[in-house]
Amino acid sequence: MIALLLRDLRLATRAGGGFGLGLVFFLIVVVLVPFGVGPETEILSKIAAGILWVAALLAALLSLDRIFALDFEDGALTLIATAPIPLEAVGLAKAIAHWLTTGLALTVAAPVLGVLLQLPSGAYGFVALTLLLGTPALSMIGTFGAALTVGIRRGGLLLSLLVLPLYIPTLIFGAEAVRRGAQGLDATTPLLMLGGITAGAFAMLPFATAAVLRINLR
Amino acid sequence: MLEVRDFAIERSGLPVLSGLNFSVAAGDALILRGPNGIGKTTLLRTLAGLQEPSAGTCTFPPDEGAYASHADGIKTALTVQENLAFWGDVYGNAVPDAIWDWFDLGDLRDRFAGTLSAGQKRRVGLARLGVIGRKVLFLDEPTVSLDGFSVKLFTQFLRDQHLASGGIAVIATHIDLGLDEAETLDLTPFATSVSGATDSDEAFL
Amino acid sequence: MSLWEYANPKKFMGWTGPILPWAFGAAGVCLVTGLIWGFFFTPDDYRQGSTVKIIYLHVPAALMAINAWIMMLVASLIWLIRRHHVSALAAKAAAPVGITMTLIALMTGAIWGQPMWGTYWAWDPRLTSFLILFLFYLGYMALWAAIDDPDTAADLTSVLCMVGSVFALLSRYAVNFWNQGLHQGASLSLDKEENVADVFFFPLLVAIAGFVLLFFALVLLRTRTEIRSRRVRALQLREGRR
Repeated sequence: MIALLLRDLRLATRAGGGFGLGLVFFLIVVVLVPFGVGPETEILSKIAAGILWVAALLAALLSLDRIFALDFEDGALTLIATAPIPLEAVGLAKAIAHWLTTGLALTVAAPVLGVLLQLPSGAYGFVALTLLLGTPALSMIGTFGAALTVGIRRGGLLLSLLVLPLYIPTLIFGAEAVRRGAQGLDATTPLLMLGGITAGAFAMLPFATAAVLRINLR
Repeated sequence: MLEVRDFAIERSGLPVLSGLNFSVAAGDALILRGPNGIGKTTLLRTLAGLQEPSAGTCTFPPDEGAYASHADGIKTALTVQENLAFWGDVYGNAVPDAIWDWFDLGDLRDRFAGTLSAGQKRRVGLARLGVIGRKVLFLDEPTVSLDGFSVKLFTQFLRDQHLASGGIAVIATHIDLGLDEAETLDLTPFATSVSGATDSDEAFL
Repeated sequence: MSLWEYANPKKFMGWTGPILPWAFGAAGVCLVTGLIWGFFFTPDDYRQGSTVKIIYLHVPAALMAINAWIMMLVASLIWLIRRHHVSALAAKAAAPVGITMTLIALMTGAIWGQPMWGTYWAWDPRLTSFLILFLFYLGYMALWAAIDDPDTAADLTSVLCMVGSVFALLSRYAVNFWNQGLHQGASLSLDKEENVADVFFFPLLVAIAGFVLLFFALVLLRTRTEIRSRRVRALQLREGRR
């Protein structure tokens, strides 16, 4: 499993690996928002946290279809499936690799981009914290979606359609925690829920991922 | 020892082969023959455990099977060395030094796999079999895009390294590997007749 | 004879054929009775006026929207565990009916919301939950449509239905937490004092029975269609190999 994780990280950072694309997309979305809603500081600072979360979610979505599709096309997935790694571990390794290459980078970048959106000063810590807690769930849910659509030609659009509704609870609790935190309210409940979703996703979805991979490789 | 009893397989819900019985002793190879579409690939995938047989059993020592398809799973952004090392890590083996000679890959070792020709890539894919150290190999058209010299190298590897150390190989191929000691199994008589519909669609007839 | 034998496609076609017209007939009688009774023979609400009468469409549709998903979940589980083809096909057949019910609930809700709340749409938890349910239906149907092999499609959609159910439930709680809304409490419940008055209640029950029967009849009809198209596929495959 570690070998697979290391290989995926290495592949992501090599030429054509797509590492950083998600980050650039994140930056562009954040830059586009003020063009759409206007430059007024008050409006921007009010919606900044939500925009950062939605943009991070879309950026994570962008690289999902690479998770299994490349290995499926060149036959590596079949060979991995017959190798002595349980497919559950394959799903887990893929999700962790995806998080390390996108989620983690987004978490680090979000407070920096918050400056562009006039994020209220109290919210910086919460944005970083909620993304740190929430993006692993996005990667794990996305890995399940990618496994579900791996056998479908041009499954990218379908993948988004399937995965985005699954992202709703994570988004709601993540953005809500920032909103409450920024207003000085108690944000414990949404933070706990966010952590709970991530923990639950990692406990449950590797099995679902393995099940659908088995079906798709039949 | 590989033993297959009363084996029946299907491809996307359609039965293709049935009533297969054969066994391969340690150190032997079996070559599967038959026209396109008879179900050689499906048979190998089923034997390797990627799908369930619709009937029958297939037994071989646990954790000894390995499958190689016509797609190599070679990562173009990794070097040849890195590609093989990955499979070594997955199977918990070191890459044997002799592998570079067996498959004549010494000069290509640090090249990115993306810069290799189709035949060279194929050799790397076959070298994987030397790295993973599995005893029971299911090989699907292993010699596609290999030149005569490379085929000879591969046959040598099979005979001198794999089979000589008590390995088993089941190979689907259209060309003559030069593996004269291997037995041949023609699959044509085992093709399922039209009337034998599968469980899944039979229910609807 | 085990109960499961009724799920054999041939048997299923046999026993559902005669039932179907009765199911449609009963659905029609209940719907006509319930709706006419509800629309024309109940008094106006003292606060909401005659707009309240949309309840006879809104509540049953909303109820069926959720129950259709639950039925799909149960059918998916049966398929995964016992591999009865009819079960998978019934889940497939229920989805378009379910999504239509969701749409009816959403649209009648919007029409009702305009005079009551002064807006067609509010991000109220119940409305939002139904919108999310609508998205889940869309994804489920899109996955069915995208896969050629029927058994693979049945397997994958079943897993999606199970995972989706967990996340749909989670979304429901998340949405409640996110916004306490305008929507009134449940109109129907067994233990609550604030149940709707009997004059509204009985025609509503009849309308609900009508929707349940209509759902049953439509799913039956669609399942039969799915079985027939699988049969066509099986015959074509057999011909193709001869």
